Amino acid sequence: MPKITYIDASGKERVVEAKNGMTVMETAIKHNIPGIDADCGGACACATCHVYVDAAFTDKVGKPSAMEQSMLDFAENVKENSRLSCQIKIRDDLDGLKVTTPESQH
Amino acid sequence: MSGAPQRIAIIGAGQAGGQAAYSLRLAGYEGAITLIGDEPAPPYQRPPLSKAYFKGEMEAERLFLKPLEYYAEHNIDLITGKAATAIDLQAKQVEIEGGASVPWDKLVIATGARPRKLAVEGSHLRNITELRTLADVDHLKAIAVPGARLVVVGAGYIGLEAAAVGSQLGLKVTVLEAMPQVLSRVAGPEIGAFYTHIHRAAGTDIRLGARLEAFEGLGQVTGVRLHGGEIVPADLVLVGVGVLPNLELALEAGLVCGNGIVVDADMRTSHPDVFAAGDVAWRPLVHYGREGRLESVHNAIEGGKLAAAAMLGLAAPALDVPWFWSDQFDLKLQTAGLWTGADETIVRGDPQTRAFAVFYLKEGRVIAVDAVNSAPEYIVGKKLVASQARVAPGELVDKSISMKDIGARALG
Repeated sequence: MPKITYIDASGKERVVEAKNGMTVMETAIKHNIPGIDADCGGACACATCHVYVDAAFTDKVGKPSAMEQSMLDFAENVKENSRLSCQIKIRDDLDGLKVTTPESQH
Repeated sequence: MSGAPQRIAIIGAGQAGGQAAYSLRLAGYEGAITLIGDEPAPPYQRPPLSKAYFKGEMEAERLFLKPLEYYAEHNIDLITGKAATAIDLQAKQVEIEGGASVPWDKLVIATGARPRKLAVEGSHLRNITELRTLADVDHLKAIAVPGARLVVVGAGYIGLEAAAVGSQLGLKVTVLEAMPQVLSRVAGPEIGAFYTHIHRAAGTDIRLGARLEAFEGLGQVTGVRLHGGEIVPADLVLVGVGVLPNLELALEAGLVCGNGIVVDADMRTSHPDVFAAGDVAWRPLVHYGREGRLESVHNAIEGGKLAAAAMLGLAAPALDVPWFWSDQFDLKLQTAGLWTGADETIVRGDPQTRAFAVFYLKEGRVIAVDAVNSAPEYIVGKKLVASQARVAPGELVDKSISMKDIGARALG
Protein backbone atom coordinates (compact mmCIF):
# COMPACT_ATOMS: atom_id res chain seq x y z
CA MET A 1 0.00 0.00 0.00
CA PRO A 2 1.38 3.42 -0.91
CA LYS A 3 2.57 5.59 1.95
CA ILE A 4 1.62 9.24 2.06
CA THR A 5 3.27 11.85 4.24
CA TYR A 6 1.25 14.82 5.41
CA ILE A 7 3.24 17.78 6.69
CA ASP A 8 1.40 20.47 8.59
CA ALA A 9 2.17 24.19 8.45
CA SER A 10 4.49 23.88 11.46
CA GLY A 11 6.53 21.15 9.74
CA LYS A 12 5.22 18.17 11.70
CA GLU A 13 5.11 15.01 9.56
CA ARG A 14 2.51 12.24 9.72
CA VAL A 15 3.00 9.12 7.59
CA VAL A 16 -0.02 6.97 6.78
CA GLU A 17 -0.72 3.91 4.67
CA ALA A 18 -3.12 4.78 1.89
CA LYS A 19 -5.41 2.70 -0.29
CA ASN A 20 -5.35 2.88 -4.07
CA GLY A 21 -8.39 4.61 -5.50
CA MET A 22 -9.03 6.71 -2.42
CA THR A 23 -8.14 10.37 -2.70
CA VAL A 24 -5.42 12.16 -0.76
CA MET A 25 -8.23 14.10 0.97
CA GLU A 26 -10.18 10.97 1.97
CA THR A 27 -7.02 9.36 3.28
CA ALA A 28 -6.38 12.44 5.42
CA ILE A 29 -9.90 12.36 6.84
CA LYS A 30 -9.63 8.62 7.53
CA HIS A 31 -6.43 9.19 9.49
CA ASN A 32 -7.65 12.33 11.19
CA ILE A 33 -4.95 14.53 9.67
CA PRO A 34 -5.44 18.13 10.81
CA GLY A 35 -5.37 20.99 8.32
CA ILE A 36 -7.70 19.50 5.71
CA ASP A 37 -11.33 20.54 6.21
CA ALA A 38 -12.94 19.12 3.05
CA ASP A 39 -16.30 20.69 3.82
CA CYS A 40 -17.93 19.50 0.60
CA GLY A 41 -16.68 15.95 1.01
CA GLY A 42 -14.72 15.82 -2.22
CA ALA A 43 -17.03 17.40 -4.77
CA CYS A 44 -14.48 20.01 -5.88
CA ALA A 45 -16.94 22.60 -4.59
CA CYS A 46 -15.34 24.29 -1.61
CA ALA A 47 -11.51 24.45 -1.93
CA THR A 48 -10.97 23.57 1.75
CA CYS A 49 -8.68 20.60 1.07
CA HIS A 50 -5.86 22.62 -0.48
CA VAL A 51 -2.34 21.08 -0.25
CA TYR A 52 1.12 21.74 -1.64
CA VAL A 53 2.59 18.77 -3.50
CA ASP A 54 6.26 17.96 -2.87
CA ALA A 55 8.43 18.96 -5.86
CA ALA A 56 9.53 15.37 -6.46
CA PHE A 57 5.93 14.37 -7.18
CA THR A 58 4.40 17.32 -9.02
CA ASP A 59 4.86 15.65 -12.43
CA LYS A 60 3.53 12.27 -11.31
CA VAL A 61 0.51 13.81 -9.59
CA GLY A 62 -0.24 15.79 -12.73
CA LYS A 63 -2.00 19.02 -13.44
CA PRO A 64 -5.37 20.07 -12.05
CA SER A 65 -8.46 19.87 -14.24
CA ALA A 66 -9.94 23.12 -15.53
CA MET A 67 -12.55 23.16 -12.75
CA GLU A 68 -9.98 22.50 -10.06
CA GLN A 69 -7.63 25.11 -11.52
CA SER A 70 -10.41 27.70 -11.39
CA MET A 71 -11.10 26.85 -7.76
CA LEU A 72 -7.39 27.15 -6.99
CA ASP A 73 -7.06 30.45 -8.87
CA PHE A 74 -9.11 32.06 -6.16
CA ALA A 75 -7.99 30.14 -3.08
CA GLU A 76 -5.73 31.73 -0.46
CA ASN A 77 -1.94 31.28 -0.50
CA VAL A 78 -1.85 29.39 -3.77
CA LYS A 79 1.55 28.33 -5.11
CA GLU A 80 2.81 26.65 -8.25
CA ASN A 81 2.45 23.23 -6.57
CA SER A 82 -1.02 23.76 -5.11
CA ARG A 83 -3.66 21.08 -5.62
CA LEU A 84 -7.03 20.20 -4.14
CA SER A 85 -6.37 16.92 -2.37
CA CYS A 86 -9.87 15.61 -3.14
CA GLN A 87 -8.86 15.49 -6.80
CA ILE A 88 -5.69 13.40 -6.34
CA LYS A 89 -6.41 9.67 -6.52
CA ILE A 90 -3.87 7.41 -4.90
CA ARG A 91 -2.01 4.94 -7.12
CA ASP A 92 1.00 2.69 -6.63
CA ASP A 93 3.35 5.17 -8.28
CA LEU A 94 2.41 7.83 -5.73
CA ASP A 95 4.03 5.76 -2.97
CA GLY A 96 6.11 8.16 -0.88
CA LEU A 97 4.05 11.22 -1.84
CA LYS A 98 4.51 14.19 0.47
CA VAL A 99 1.96 16.96 0.75
CA THR A 100 2.00 20.02 2.99
CA THR A 101 -1.15 21.63 4.32
CA PRO A 102 -1.49 25.42 4.34
CA GLU A 103 -1.87 27.38 7.55
CA SER A 104 -5.58 27.85 6.97
CA GLN A 105 -8.17 26.54 4.53
CA HIS A 106 -10.30 29.66 4.72
CA MET B 1 -12.60 27.90 31.46
CA SER B 2 -14.61 28.71 34.57
CA GLY B 3 -18.14 27.39 34.50
CA ALA B 4 -17.24 25.17 31.57
CA PRO B 5 -19.72 22.39 30.91
CA GLN B 6 -18.81 18.87 32.05
CA ARG B 7 -21.38 16.98 30.02
CA ILE B 8 -22.62 17.81 26.55
CA ALA B 9 -25.31 15.81 24.78
CA ILE B 10 -26.05 16.13 21.07
CA ILE B 11 -29.30 14.81 19.63
CA GLY B 12 -28.88 13.93 15.97
CA ALA B 13 -25.76 12.35 14.52
CA GLY B 14 -25.85 13.97 11.10
CA GLN B 15 -23.49 16.55 9.65
CA ALA B 16 -24.42 19.28 12.16
CA GLY B 17 -24.38 17.07 15.25
CA GLY B 18 -21.14 15.42 14.17
CA GLN B 19 -19.52 18.79 13.51
CA ALA B 20 -20.50 20.07 16.95
CA ALA B 21 -18.75 17.07 18.52
CA TYR B 22 -15.63 17.42 16.33
CA SER B 23 -15.38 21.16 17.02
CA LEU B 24 -15.71 20.61 20.78
CA ARG B 25 -12.76 18.18 20.78
CA LEU B 26 -10.75 20.37 18.40
CA ALA B 27 -11.20 23.28 20.80
CA GLY B 28 -9.79 21.18 23.66
CA TYR B 29 -13.01 20.42 25.50
CA GLU B 30 -12.32 17.37 27.67
CA GLY B 31 -15.73 16.72 29.24
CA ALA B 32 -18.24 14.07 28.23
CA ILE B 33 -19.84 14.13 24.77
CA THR B 34 -22.79 11.89 23.97
CA LEU B 35 -23.83 11.90 20.33
CA ILE B 36 -27.23 10.27 19.80
CA GLY B 37 -28.34 9.20 16.32
CA ASP B 38 -31.37 7.21 15.23
CA GLU B 39 -29.71 5.80 12.11
CA PRO B 40 -27.39 2.79 12.30
CA ALA B 41 -24.44 4.57 10.65
CA PRO B 42 -22.07 7.07 12.25
CA PRO B 43 -22.34 10.67 10.96
CA TYR B 44 -22.09 10.67 7.17
CA GLN B 45 -22.33 12.98 4.20
CA ARG B 46 -25.79 13.11 2.69
CA PRO B 47 -25.06 15.00 -0.57
CA PRO B 48 -23.59 11.96 -2.41
CA LEU B 49 -26.72 9.92 -1.64
CA SER B 50 -28.52 11.37 -4.65
CA LYS B 51 -25.32 11.46 -6.72
CA ALA B 52 -22.24 9.17 -6.63
CA TYR B 53 -23.63 6.79 -4.02
CA PHE B 54 -26.88 6.19 -5.89
CA LYS B 55 -24.84 5.71 -9.06
CA GLY B 56 -22.82 3.00 -7.32
CA GLU B 57 -19.53 4.88 -7.54
CA MET B 58 -18.96 5.17 -3.82
CA GLU B 59 -19.19 2.67 -0.98
CA ALA B 60 -21.03 3.56 2.22
CA GLU B 61 -17.88 3.73 4.32
CA ARG B 62 -16.54 6.53 2.14
CA LEU B 63 -19.51 8.64 3.17
CA PHE B 64 -18.56 8.59 6.85
CA LEU B 65 -17.42 12.00 8.11
CA LYS B 66 -14.91 10.34 10.44
CA PRO B 67 -13.75 6.74 10.61
CA LEU B 68 -15.54 4.73 13.27
CA GLU B 69 -12.37 4.57 15.42
CA TYR B 70 -12.36 8.35 15.70
CA TYR B 71 -15.21 8.35 18.22
CA ALA B 72 -13.55 5.96 20.66
CA GLU B 73 -10.17 7.64 20.23
CA HIS B 74 -11.74 11.02 21.04
CA ASN B 75 -13.87 9.72 23.85
CA ILE B 76 -17.14 10.55 22.14
CA ASP B 77 -19.96 8.26 23.22
CA LEU B 78 -21.65 7.60 19.89
CA ILE B 79 -25.06 6.00 20.29
CA THR B 80 -26.45 4.83 16.95
CA GLY B 81 -29.76 3.30 15.99
CA LYS B 82 -31.60 4.90 18.89
CA ALA B 83 -33.86 7.92 18.75
CA ALA B 84 -34.11 10.46 21.53
CA THR B 85 -37.67 10.38 22.84
CA ALA B 86 -37.84 13.38 25.19
CA ILE B 87 -35.89 16.36 26.47
CA ASP B 88 -36.28 17.23 30.15
CA LEU B 89 -35.18 20.85 30.58
CA GLN B 90 -35.63 20.80 34.39
CA ALA B 91 -33.69 17.61 35.11
CA LYS B 92 -31.36 18.39 32.18
CA GLN B 93 -31.49 15.01 30.57
CA VAL B 94 -32.43 13.38 27.30
CA GLU B 95 -34.47 10.21 27.27
CA ILE B 96 -33.57 7.71 24.61
CA GLU B 97 -35.27 4.65 23.14
CA GLY B 98 -34.93 1.67 25.43
CA GLY B 99 -35.35 3.75 28.58
CA ALA B 100 -31.84 5.12 29.15
CA SER B 101 -31.35 8.79 29.91
CA VAL B 102 -28.37 10.98 29.15
CA PRO B 103 -27.63 13.88 31.52
CA TRP B 104 -26.24 17.15 30.16
CA ASP B 105 -25.08 20.61 31.16
CA LYS B 106 -25.40 21.80 27.58
CA LEU B 107 -27.52 20.27 24.83
CA VAL B 108 -27.43 20.54 21.03
CA ILE B 109 -30.52 19.62 19.04
CA ALA B 110 -29.53 18.65 15.51
CA THR B 111 -32.48 16.47 14.63
CA GLY B 112 -32.54 17.53 10.98
CA ALA B 113 -35.56 17.22 8.77
CA ARG B 114 -37.65 14.48 7.23
CA PRO B 115 -39.08 14.21 3.72
CA ARG B 116 -42.51 15.70 3.33
CA LYS B 117 -45.14 13.07 2.51
CA LEU B 118 -47.76 13.50 -0.17
CA ALA B 119 -51.27 13.18 1.16
CA VAL B 120 -52.62 11.33 -1.84
CA GLU B 121 -54.25 7.98 -2.35
CA GLY B 122 -51.85 5.07 -2.73
CA SER B 123 -48.90 6.69 -0.93
CA HIS B 124 -48.41 3.51 1.08
CA LEU B 125 -47.72 1.32 -1.98
CA ARG B 126 -44.45 -0.59 -2.30
CA ASN B 127 -41.68 0.91 -4.43
CA ILE B 128 -42.65 4.46 -3.51
CA THR B 129 -39.51 5.81 -1.91
CA GLU B 130 -37.96 8.96 -0.58
CA LEU B 131 -34.31 9.95 -0.45
CA ARG B 132 -32.89 11.16 2.82
CA THR B 133 -30.93 8.33 4.43
CA LEU B 134 -28.46 5.65 3.43
CA ALA B 135 -31.22 3.09 3.98
CA ASP B 136 -33.49 4.99 1.57
CA VAL B 137 -30.87 4.88 -1.18
CA ASP B 138 -29.95 1.26 -0.54
CA HIS B 139 -33.60 0.44 -1.09
CA LEU B 140 -33.76 2.65 -4.17
CA LYS B 141 -30.64 1.04 -5.63
CA ALA B 142 -32.12 -2.41 -5.17
CA ILE B 143 -35.23 -1.57 -7.20
CA ALA B 144 -33.67 0.81 -9.75
CA VAL B 145 -32.76 -1.84 -12.30
CA PRO B 146 -31.94 -0.85 -15.89
CA GLY B 147 -35.06 -0.56 -18.00
CA ALA B 148 -37.33 0.12 -15.03
CA ARG B 149 -39.65 3.10 -15.22
CA LEU B 150 -38.79 5.66 -12.57
CA VAL B 151 -41.18 8.49 -11.82
CA VAL B 152 -39.68 11.31 -9.80
CA VAL B 153 -42.20 13.53 -8.04
CA GLY B 154 -40.77 16.99 -7.43
CA ALA B 155 -38.05 18.71 -9.48
CA GLY B 156 -35.93 20.08 -6.68
CA TYR B 157 -32.23 19.30 -6.41
CA ILE B 158 -32.71 15.83 -4.96
CA GLY B 159 -35.31 14.88 -7.53
CA LEU B 160 -33.26 16.14 -10.46
CA GLU B 161 -30.00 14.62 -9.23
CA ALA B 162 -31.70 11.28 -8.80
CA ALA B 163 -33.34 11.66 -12.23
CA ALA B 164 -29.90 12.27 -13.78
CA VAL B 165 -28.43 9.18 -12.12
CA GLY B 166 -31.52 7.15 -13.03
CA SER B 167 -31.15 8.02 -16.68
CA GLN B 168 -27.42 7.23 -16.54
CA LEU B 169 -28.26 3.85 -14.99
CA GLY B 170 -30.54 3.06 -17.92
CA LEU B 171 -33.90 3.71 -16.31
CA LYS B 172 -36.75 5.33 -18.17
CA VAL B 173 -37.30 8.51 -16.20
CA THR B 174 -40.27 10.84 -15.89
CA VAL B 175 -40.19 13.90 -13.63
CA LEU B 176 -43.46 15.39 -12.41
CA GLU B 177 -43.28 18.97 -11.18
CA ALA B 178 -46.30 20.93 -9.98
CA MET B 179 -44.75 24.35 -10.69
CA PRO B 180 -44.22 25.77 -14.18
CA GLN B 181 -40.41 25.42 -13.86
CA VAL B 182 -37.96 23.02 -12.26
CA LEU B 183 -35.95 24.13 -9.21
CA SER B 184 -38.49 26.89 -8.69
CA ARG B 185 -37.94 27.11 -4.95
CA VAL B 186 -34.16 27.44 -5.14
CA ALA B 187 -33.20 29.14 -8.41
CA GLY B 188 -34.41 31.59 -11.01
CA PRO B 189 -36.13 30.79 -14.31
CA GLU B 190 -32.89 30.85 -16.34
CA ILE B 191 -31.44 27.98 -14.31
CA GLY B 192 -34.77 26.17 -14.36
CA ALA B 193 -35.06 26.40 -18.15
CA PHE B 194 -31.46 25.22 -18.58
CA TYR B 195 -31.89 22.11 -16.46
CA THR B 196 -35.22 21.27 -18.06
CA HIS B 197 -33.44 21.32 -21.41
CA ILE B 198 -30.53 19.21 -20.13
CA HIS B 199 -32.77 16.51 -18.70
CA ARG B 200 -35.01 16.41 -21.76
CA ALA B 201 -31.95 16.08 -23.99
CA ALA B 202 -30.95 13.05 -21.92
CA GLY B 203 -34.30 11.44 -22.71
CA THR B 204 -36.09 12.26 -19.48
CA ASP B 205 -39.75 13.23 -19.74
CA ILE B 206 -40.15 16.41 -17.69
CA ARG B 207 -43.77 17.36 -17.01
CA LEU B 208 -44.21 20.88 -15.69
CA GLY B 209 -47.43 22.01 -14.04
CA ALA B 210 -48.25 18.36 -13.40
CA ARG B 211 -51.08 17.77 -10.94
CA LEU B 212 -50.70 14.47 -9.19
CA GLU B 213 -53.90 12.83 -8.03
CA ALA B 214 -53.02 9.33 -6.85
CA PHE B 215 -50.61 6.44 -6.99
CA GLU B 216 -52.01 3.42 -8.77
CA GLY B 217 -51.33 -0.20 -7.98
CA LEU B 218 -52.21 -3.17 -5.84
CA GLY B 219 -49.54 -3.70 -3.22
CA GLN B 220 -46.85 -2.28 -5.50
CA VAL B 221 -47.00 0.98 -7.40
CA THR B 222 -47.72 0.64 -11.12
CA GLY B 223 -48.39 4.22 -12.08
CA VAL B 224 -49.08 7.80 -11.11
CA ARG B 225 -52.48 9.24 -11.95
CA LEU B 226 -52.56 12.87 -12.98
CA HIS B 227 -55.41 15.36 -12.93
CA GLY B 228 -57.45 14.65 -16.04
CA GLY B 229 -57.00 10.91 -15.71
CA GLU B 230 -53.71 10.22 -17.49
CA ILE B 231 -51.68 7.49 -15.82
CA VAL B 232 -47.88 7.67 -16.04
CA PRO B 233 -46.65 4.08 -15.74
CA ALA B 234 -44.12 3.45 -12.98
CA ASP B 235 -42.11 0.57 -11.58
CA LEU B 236 -40.77 2.82 -8.87
CA VAL B 237 -41.49 6.31 -7.64
CA LEU B 238 -39.20 8.71 -5.84
CA VAL B 239 -40.97 11.48 -3.94
CA GLY B 240 -38.79 14.54 -3.40
CA VAL B 241 -41.09 17.37 -2.44
CA GLY B 242 -39.14 19.05 0.31
CA VAL B 243 -38.60 18.39 3.98
CA LEU B 244 -40.15 19.26 7.32
CA PRO B 245 -37.94 20.10 10.32
CA ASN B 246 -37.95 17.51 13.13
CA LEU B 247 -39.28 19.86 15.79
CA GLU B 248 -41.29 17.53 18.00
CA LEU B 249 -38.76 17.09 20.83
CA ALA B 250 -38.11 20.82 21.02
CA LEU B 251 -41.81 21.70 20.92
CA GLU B 252 -42.68 19.19 23.63
CA ALA B 253 -39.89 20.58 25.79
CA GLY B 254 -41.37 24.05 25.41
CA LEU B 255 -38.61 25.64 23.31
CA VAL B 256 -39.65 28.48 21.03
CA CYS B 257 -40.21 27.16 17.50
CA GLY B 258 -41.60 28.44 14.23
CA ASN B 259 -40.70 26.78 10.97
CA GLY B 260 -37.65 25.51 12.84
CA ILE B 261 -36.19 25.82 16.32
CA VAL B 262 -35.65 29.53 16.84
CA VAL B 263 -32.01 30.33 17.66
CA ASP B 264 -29.88 33.45 17.99
CA ALA B 265 -26.62 34.19 16.17
CA ASP B 266 -24.81 31.71 18.46
CA MET B 267 -27.38 28.98 17.70
CA ARG B 268 -28.76 29.32 21.22
CA THR B 269 -32.45 28.44 21.62
CA SER B 270 -34.90 30.08 24.02
CA HIS B 271 -33.22 28.03 26.79
CA PRO B 272 -29.74 29.37 27.63
CA ASP B 273 -28.12 25.91 27.78
CA VAL B 274 -29.79 24.45 24.72
CA PHE B 275 -28.59 24.97 21.15
CA ALA B 276 -29.87 23.89 17.76
CA ALA B 277 -27.98 23.43 14.50
CA GLY B 278 -28.45 22.16 10.97
CA ASP B 279 -31.67 21.76 8.98
CA VAL B 280 -33.81 22.10 12.10
CA ALA B 281 -32.55 25.55 13.17
CA TRP B 282 -34.35 28.80 12.35
CA ARG B 283 -31.41 31.17 12.48
CA PRO B 284 -30.41 34.75 11.67
CA LEU B 285 -29.15 35.02 8.10
CA VAL B 286 -26.72 37.85 8.72
CA HIS B 287 -26.01 38.63 5.08
CA TYR B 288 -29.70 39.21 4.45
CA GLY B 289 -31.00 40.89 7.60
CA ARG B 290 -33.64 38.23 8.15
CA GLU B 291 -34.04 34.77 9.63
CA GLY B 292 -34.56 31.45 7.96
CA ARG B 293 -33.94 27.76 7.85
CA LEU B 294 -31.26 26.46 5.48
CA GLU B 295 -30.86 22.89 4.28
CA SER B 296 -27.24 22.52 3.29
CA VAL B 297 -23.83 21.20 4.24
CA HIS B 298 -22.60 24.75 4.75
CA ASN B 299 -25.35 25.45 7.24
CA ALA B 300 -24.82 22.17 9.10
CA ILE B 301 -21.07 22.70 9.46
CA GLU B 302 -21.39 26.35 10.41
CA GLY B 303 -24.16 25.69 12.93
CA GLY B 304 -22.19 22.88 14.56
CA LYS B 305 -19.12 25.10 14.85
CA LEU B 306 -21.10 28.05 16.22
CA ALA B 307 -22.88 25.95 18.84
CA ALA B 308 -19.61 24.35 19.96
CA ALA B 309 -17.90 27.73 20.31
CA ALA B 310 -20.84 29.22 22.23
CA MET B 311 -21.06 26.26 24.64
CA LEU B 312 -17.40 26.72 25.51
CA GLY B 313 -17.62 30.50 25.71
CA LEU B 314 -15.23 30.94 22.77
CA ALA B 315 -15.39 33.58 20.06
CA ALA B 316 -17.73 32.67 17.21
CA PRO B 317 -16.04 31.54 13.98
CA ALA B 318 -16.41 33.80 10.95
CA LEU B 319 -19.69 33.35 9.09
CA ASP B 320 -19.73 32.21 5.50
CA VAL B 321 -22.16 33.19 2.78
CA PRO B 322 -24.59 30.29 2.27
CA TRP B 323 -23.17 27.94 -0.37
CA PHE B 324 -24.39 24.84 -2.08
CA TRP B 325 -23.67 22.62 -5.05
CA SER B 326 -25.45 20.15 -7.29
CA ASP B 327 -23.98 17.56 -9.65
CA GLN B 328 -26.15 16.48 -12.56
CA PHE B 329 -24.65 14.63 -15.54
CA ASP B 330 -21.33 16.38 -16.32
CA LEU B 331 -22.57 19.67 -14.90
CA LYS B 332 -21.49 21.17 -11.61
CA LEU B 333 -23.77 23.87 -10.29
CA GLN B 334 -22.27 25.99 -7.54
CA THR B 335 -24.46 28.42 -5.68
CA ALA B 336 -23.54 31.20 -3.28
CA GLY B 337 -26.07 33.33 -1.46
CA LEU B 338 -29.86 33.27 -1.43
CA TRP B 339 -31.63 34.63 -4.47
CA THR B 340 -35.03 35.45 -2.89
CA GLY B 341 -35.85 39.13 -3.25
CA ALA B 342 -33.68 39.77 -6.31
CA ASP B 343 -34.83 42.68 -8.48
CA GLU B 344 -32.41 42.09 -11.34
CA THR B 345 -30.93 39.02 -13.00
CA ILE B 346 -27.79 38.98 -15.13
CA VAL B 347 -26.74 36.00 -17.21
CA ARG B 348 -23.02 35.81 -17.88
CA GLY B 349 -22.02 33.45 -20.65
CA ASP B 350 -24.12 31.34 -23.00
CA PRO B 351 -26.11 28.44 -21.51
CA GLN B 352 -25.65 26.61 -24.82
CA THR B 353 -21.96 26.24 -24.01
CA ARG B 354 -22.93 24.47 -20.77
CA ALA B 355 -20.84 26.96 -18.80
CA PHE B 356 -22.57 30.12 -17.62
CA ALA B 357 -23.64 31.92 -14.49
CA VAL B 358 -26.69 33.78 -13.27
CA PHE B 359 -26.13 36.70 -10.92
CA TYR B 360 -29.05 37.83 -8.78
CA LEU B 361 -28.95 41.49 -7.74
CA LYS B 362 -30.95 43.58 -5.34
CA GLU B 363 -30.55 47.34 -5.46
CA GLY B 364 -27.33 46.99 -7.42
CA ARG B 365 -25.67 44.49 -5.11
CA VAL B 366 -25.12 40.82 -5.84
CA ILE B 367 -27.18 38.75 -3.40
CA ALA B 368 -26.62 35.35 -5.02
CA VAL B 369 -25.00 33.53 -7.92
CA ASP B 370 -25.76 30.23 -9.63
CA ALA B 371 -22.70 29.13 -11.59
CA VAL B 372 -22.80 26.15 -13.96
CA ASN B 373 -19.32 24.77 -14.71
CA SER B 374 -18.03 28.26 -13.89
CA ALA B 375 -15.89 28.23 -10.76
CA PRO B 376 -14.55 31.82 -11.12
CA GLU B 377 -18.09 33.20 -11.28
CA TYR B 378 -18.97 31.20 -8.18
CA ILE B 379 -15.94 32.18 -6.12
CA VAL B 380 -15.88 35.86 -7.01
CA GLY B 381 -19.66 35.96 -6.81
CA LYS B 382 -19.47 34.58 -3.28
CA LYS B 383 -17.04 37.34 -2.32
CA LEU B 384 -19.32 39.95 -3.87
CA VAL B 385 -22.25 38.64 -1.83
CA ALA B 386 -20.18 38.68 1.37
CA SER B 387 -18.92 42.23 0.82
CA GLN B 388 -22.29 43.57 -0.36
CA ALA B 389 -20.25 45.66 -2.78
CA ARG B 390 -21.89 47.41 -5.72
CA VAL B 391 -21.08 46.09 -9.17
CA ALA B 392 -21.79 47.50 -12.59
CA PRO B 393 -24.22 45.11 -14.32
CA GLY B 394 -22.52 45.95 -17.62
CA GLU B 395 -19.31 44.42 -16.30
CA LEU B 396 -20.92 41.24 -15.04
CA VAL B 397 -22.47 40.48 -18.40
CA ASP B 398 -19.24 41.17 -20.31
CA LYS B 399 -17.20 37.96 -20.66
CA SER B 400 -14.22 39.96 -21.95
CA ILE B 401 -13.77 41.28 -18.42
CA SER B 402 -12.44 38.49 -16.19
CA MET B 403 -14.11 37.69 -12.87
CA LYS B 404 -10.77 38.42 -11.24
CA ASP B 405 -10.88 42.00 -12.58
CA ILE B 406 -14.55 42.44 -11.70
CA GLY B 407 -13.82 41.23 -8.18
CA ALA B 408 -10.74 43.43 -7.81
CA ARG B 409 -12.65 46.54 -8.90
CA ALA B 410 -15.74 45.91 -6.81
CA LEU B 411 -13.89 44.77 -3.71
CA GLY B 412 -11.12 47.35 -3.95
